[in-house]
Amino acid sequence: MAKRLGSQTIVLDKQPVILSGAGIVGKKEGDGPLARYFDDVVDDEYVGEKTFEAAESRILRDTYIKALEKSGKSAKDINIILSGDLLNQCTAASYAFRDVDIPYLGLFGACSTMSESLAIAAMLIDSGSVDYAVCAASSHFCSAERQFRYPLEFGSQRTPTAQWTVTGAGAVILGKEGQGPRITCITPGKIIDEGIKDANNMGAAMAPAAFDTIRSHLIDTGRNVDDFDMILTGDLGKFGSTMLRDLLKRNNIDLKDKHKDCGLLIFDIEKQGVDCGGSGCGCSAVVLSTYILNLFMQGTIKRLLFVATGALLSPTRIQQGETIPGIAHAVLIEA
Amino acid sequence: MLSIRQRGVEALKRQLSKHEYQKLVDEKAPGSHYVRNIIAAFITGGAICSVGQIIMMVLKNFGADKETTASATSIIMVFIGAFLTGINIYDEIGKFGGAGASVPITGFSNSIVSPAMEFKKEGHVMGVGAKMFLIAGPVLVYGIFASVVAGLFYFIWKQVM
Repeated sequence: MAKRLGSQTIVLDKQPVILSGAGIVGKKEGDGPLARYFDDVVDDEYVGEKTFEAAESRILRDTYIKALEKSGKSAKDINIILSGDLLNQCTAASYAFRDVDIPYLGLFGACSTMSESLAIAAMLIDSGSVDYAVCAASSHFCSAERQFRYPLEFGSQRTPTAQWTVTGAGAVILGKEGQGPRITCITPGKIIDEGIKDANNMGAAMAPAAFDTIRSHLIDTGRNVDDFDMILTGDLGKFGSTMLRDLLKRNNIDLKDKHKDCGLLIFDIEKQGVDCGGSGCGCSAVVLSTYILNLFMQGTIKRLLFVATGALLSPTRIQQGETIPGIAHAVLIEA
Repeated sequence: MLSIRQRGVEALKRQLSKHEYQKLVDEKAPGSHYVRNIIAAFITGGAICSVGQIIMMVLKNFGADKETTASATSIIMVFIGAFLTGINIYDEIGKFGGAGASVPITGFSNSIVSPAMEFKKEGHVMGVGAKMFLIAGPVLVYGIFASVVAGLFYFIWKQVM
């Protein structure tokens, strides 16, 4: 059985294994620095579907199938799917999995969804309730833009702190046994709201949540930054990463060169014109399921703290003058 | 390792420094490139208005009267804005020119055509019909309201004088 460490961290006993991972992305991501790690790059933003929402579901479903193929398991072995996305009522995931005939739990953690699904699936496997689970998340630039910002063809300028929603989906198959890196420990995050109101500066809104979760994890486990090969945040972007470093430094925690951010890994922010970097549920999901798992396979990294970050806002609450609550969940992955 | 009580105290401390964090973010956040944006807006807005002026002069040359010229120029500029939106070019102009692209009448046209295109998928009534004035709606509401107020002042002014 799992046991709690400190007030926030859970140490897993059975240590579920990441059997495989897959990631499918859009064209812009396919032109980025991680291109060779992706399983597929779709050039058409509609992926042959009629709407962007349907396209997102399609990418998510195809990613799940790809991950399943790579794991050597069949759909019959999977006991549960844990997935989510950014669309209202999480429809990208529910429409993606409506005919797969596997129990499904829909999650909303905004861009932190991937670590939320890994954390819950790991606990389910640890408790013996589930043998094999699918953890997945997706986002689509076009479906997110129309929900959160302006129509695509509307001519407007982005602010320098804005981030670019990643088109893509990532999925991993988590199992009770097998070959691969293991999830050994999780630190679910608290909702932290430091009063940021600018929806175009989500990195700043999420940085305090990432700070809080990382700090709690270090306190609970008694580890320090040097114990990790990498501390990987979800989509803080360039500015959010600066704020995270700053907040940690004020608490005498130096990240040194251990910190990486999925939003900065997936794009070349200078060349690709994405301001502060990538964002969206798909951002951390796809980077973890492809590039990071590859690093584990090569043995480049052995212990990774995966901290996907989410901004739990809605356009309605922002228009009402509310501030942006942030969240971050930490999942410790070890070879 | 901190006790739960100590942590509670720390959390409280952090709550109190909310304002400090906001100040820190304001200090550190990269600001917009005002000079670059102003120059780009000047060039873009100026270019759009020059096109309008050329159309106006051509129409005048063909012997159209003042009123016809004015309305025909507006109609042509609205068409150009809508056309460039339709072929996915106006958003690029907007990205470069900012207010220089959104203030002229072509920008108004872009603000109506772009949601109409985007929400076609939700049908002609609840999509195009309902969402067409998503961006231009407030401009129309307060534009018309301002004109009513201005008219009222004008009326009172005339009575007094």
